[in-house]
Amino acid sequence: MSDFVMPSLGADMDAGTVLEWYVKPGDTVKRGDIVALVDTSKAEIEVEIFEGGVIDELLVPVGERVPVGTVLATLHPVDAEAPVPVPVGPPAPPTPAPSAPPIAVTAPPTAPPAPVPVAAPAGTNHRLRVSPLARRAAAGLGVDLSEVAGSGPNGAITRADVERAHTGPEPPPPVQALVPARAREPGDRQAAMRDAIGALMARSKREIPHYYLQLEIDMGRAIDWLRDSNLQRPVNERLLPSILLLSAVARAAAEMPEMNGFWTDGAFRPGDGVHLGVAVSLRGGGLIAPALHDADKKSLDEIMAGVRDLVQRARAGRLRSSEMSDPTLTVTNLGERGVDLVHGVIYPPQVALVGFGAVRERPWAVDGMLGVRPIVVATLAADHRASDGHAGGRFLTLIDRRLQEPENL
Amino acid sequence: MSTEQDLRALVISVVCQIAPDVDPAAVDPDAALAEQLDIDSMDFLNIVVEINARTGIDIPERDYPKLSTLNDAVSYLAEAQKQAAGA
Repeated sequence: MSDFVMPSLGADMDAGTVLEWYVKPGDTVKRGDIVALVDTSKAEIEVEIFEGGVIDELLVPVGERVPVGTVLATLHPVDAEAPVPVPVGPPAPPTPAPSAPPIAVTAPPTAPPAPVPVAAPAGTNHRLRVSPLARRAAAGLGVDLSEVAGSGPNGAITRADVERAHTGPEPPPPVQALVPARAREPGDRQAAMRDAIGALMARSKREIPHYYLQLEIDMGRAIDWLRDSNLQRPVNERLLPSILLLSAVARAAAEMPEMNGFWTDGAFRPGDGVHLGVAVSLRGGGLIAPALHDADKKSLDEIMAGVRDLVQRARAGRLRSSEMSDPTLTVTNLGERGVDLVHGVIYPPQVALVGFGAVRERPWAVDGMLGVRPIVVATLAADHRASDGHAGGRFLTLIDRRLQEPENL
Repeated sequence: MSTEQDLRALVISVVCQIAPDVDPAAVDPDAALAEQLDIDSMDFLNIVVEINARTGIDIPERDYPKLSTLNDAVSYLAEAQKQAAGA
């Protein structure tokens, strides 16, 4: 038996709302399956489950906002003894229910949402075992819980049991806590996102001793190589210059573990791979930086496909939980908006952020000769607790070196 | 062969597919699409890909600047169609 909890989908999230459950009790899930759609204040995220098993019960209803860490559902291993679903047949002997109060009275429609349920401790319990969700459903449907046979663990009554027992002809009355969460206005979303970004960036500037470096990089070889390469490609396989930049950063980061990871509990923890946070600006305002996993091991085509997919899903509000929770180093490409350079603000708990300005033709001196080359200014904002300027400088130099060998990206 | 009107409708429809919040009636045909509609290089590439998918016209990378405004894009596509038909 294990719990599936509301995950932290980024350091700026302290609570979330389940907008949709994609599974129901009895469904078998495997690690990585998308089981729910969760609304953080910034976005709607498809949440993956980290453990396989069979869903026992969904504890948090659609529309209820709960803190990170709240148990959303329980599940048990596939091979364990599964709770036997109760068919439409003779009910199991009803569990004696000492003085069950008239439920409907305890939950008037205007009652505040019940406190967040914590999984009930296992053990002998002679009281009626009812999940809060089932209790609420019973109140809504007018079902007497003492007459319901429980199919959950130890005979616990689940919402499905309540719904099976419900025979009333009228549709269930609306329950306050089940107000559709999608009623959120676009303006609310923007305001909420502004708040979330503001809180996180304020924390970053308060806690992280940033240092900043910048390096002008000659993009001549990279741009030439890209142009030739794109000539050979059909339009839907063409690469963007920003893909070369991402690849160069990812490969340099693989060599500089102190730039790639997290500062947590007073210590640096290197990332378990190079998961580049790709800053995506959302149409209409706001910013989100989902992870491109293992970017240092991906080919340019794979990075291109990955970024295209991330941008599309970020804008459609369909990012996945694993992409929100674990970027190890963020890259922002504000050159897209025409600026020369960007002094970034680090996303806690990450320890560095790489920024690129626009690629522009500039006078450039090499070996005493002046020429015109396409130049980009790369910047690094890094956490001085995790690294020093010396390491940061090496990191930018490594990125430069990678960009001089575009054929190896 | 599409008329210029068809091409205009097509470009607007593609742009609105990539940037769904855009009001088609509000697009200034002579202003740069990238700036007025907040389109970045990925969006632009996706527009080119979609135009290619719908019309079969292959737009080489070096011609991207010729599609910077709505009017430019329509003229470019009309010309490209004419050349393809004449070839």
